[in-house]
Amino acid sequence: MSIGSILSTLWETSGFYMLMADWRQIVMIAVACLLLYMGLVKKFEPLLLVGIAFGMLLTNLPGSEMYHPELWDAYIAGTVRLTDIIHDGGLLDILYIGVKAGIYPSLIFMGVGAMTDFGPLLANPKSLLLGAAAQMGIFVAFLMAILLGFAPNVAAAIGIIGGADGPTAIWLTSKLAPDYLAPIAIAAYSYMALIPMIQPPVMKLLTTKEMREVKMEQLRPVSKTQKVMFPIVVTIFVCLLLPSVAPLLGCLMLGNLFTESGITDRLSKTAQNEMMNIVTIFLSTSVGATARYDRFLTKDTIMIIVLGLIAFEFATMGGLLIGRLMYRLSGGKINPLIGSAGVSAVPMAARVSQKVGQEANPSNFLLMHAMGPNVAGVIGSAVAAGFLLALFGG
Amino acid sequence: MTFAEALLYSVVGIAVVFFALVLLMIICKILLAVGGEKKPEAAKAEAPAAPAPEPVREPAPGSAGDIKLYDTDPRDAAMIMAIIAEELKTPLNELRFKSIREVRE
Repeated sequence: MSIGSILSTLWETSGFYMLMADWRQIVMIAVACLLLYMGLVKKFEPLLLVGIAFGMLLTNLPGSEMYHPELWDAYIAGTVRLTDIIHDGGLLDILYIGVKAGIYPSLIFMGVGAMTDFGPLLANPKSLLLGAAAQMGIFVAFLMAILLGFAPNVAAAIGIIGGADGPTAIWLTSKLAPDYLAPIAIAAYSYMALIPMIQPPVMKLLTTKEMREVKMEQLRPVSKTQKVMFPIVVTIFVCLLLPSVAPLLGCLMLGNLFTESGITDRLSKTAQNEMMNIVTIFLSTSVGATARYDRFLTKDTIMIIVLGLIAFEFATMGGLLIGRLMYRLSGGKINPLIGSAGVSAVPMAARVSQKVGQEANPSNFLLMHAMGPNVAGVIGSAVAAGFLLALFGG
Repeated sequence: MTFAEALLYSVVGIAVVFFALVLLMIICKILLAVGGEKKPEAAKAEAPAAPAPEPVREPAPGSAGDIKLYDTDPRDAAMIMAIIAEELKTPLNELRFKSIREVRE
């Protein structure tokens, strides 16, 4: 064997050579680098976007063999078992098992629950109406996806982008339309990061300056007993109403109970920090890995990105419209801007309400009032996801 | 799936979300009614006739109401309040801020 043939063999087995086989791989590497730039430099949801982008980069490097969508297709078709995937799959295939089984989103919800204070919601239960109204975006996007010719299960997964809740979007999509996981997750997280740009124009369009200037009264205090009882009671009632939502909501409320009980501080801290961080790494890289060039660079991805934006805008509108109604019914005591926080991107949407309210009136502090609809939106989007799973998950 | 069917699913879907959250709203109200601590009004009712010995003070404006800012940017004020709440491990709605003044040396 000559040195020339050795070098030739080495070249033909290199990723650079394989990269020439399909130009779309190069495009995907560029997209991954762009997302890395957005996460690292522009700070768009960096904790998730960096992992997603890096997973995307790894899966599109030819020859890396870290993720095999064909194996997962065969698993869905029933011709391959999970043990085969563990045996034949790459690192990201194995990490993806947690997404497929719905484990990671639920565990992330446990961490979110441990970090969430439902006090503002309990202090003002009407906030729940705003959280419900902001789910309008989900169903508008679902309708539009049906109009564009998507299958009902895919349309439902696209619609959930309007819930503005990453773990919920990943949880539902992994069950209803796993092939669309990457574009849906990327759309959801990107738009959540862009909320400070997406929401204010709609907020200003649907409210008058007079409405935005409204200062709200101090929230009533909430006792510790109420805060401890809340997660238990919510779990019982909502999971009985929609059993399919139990993994998400149950974990959310368990995490919250760890914190509010005050006697499981160690568990609360673990759920908020170590566990959440570890699961975030697994979740983000494995979701990013599903964005392989032959599945991601399609017309559907572009439509999903557009529908996601529409979903966010309609979600904001839904919350604002009910906010306006509450403004009227309360005789001008409720600032309708808190309605836009009903999209569940916590706490970004609440911060946007605070910022826009303060632009209208510098002495206005809406943050705590907006946190009520904000956490209500988390529950609302989980309920909507449970509804869609119950209908289209069979 | 036809558009009419999708529309029906959407209407039912948003109705289910509203139903679930209205149910939660009712539960929250019940929780507030039964799980609350003794309200200050109840204490007041025990001694209704006696005038308060101390001069009547206006309720301190809290983080969600009026707050006096002296040489302080509202954004900085919001940040200061958030930091204090975090340091004290106390929700912001349980704290009362009267004023924030920038001290210059």
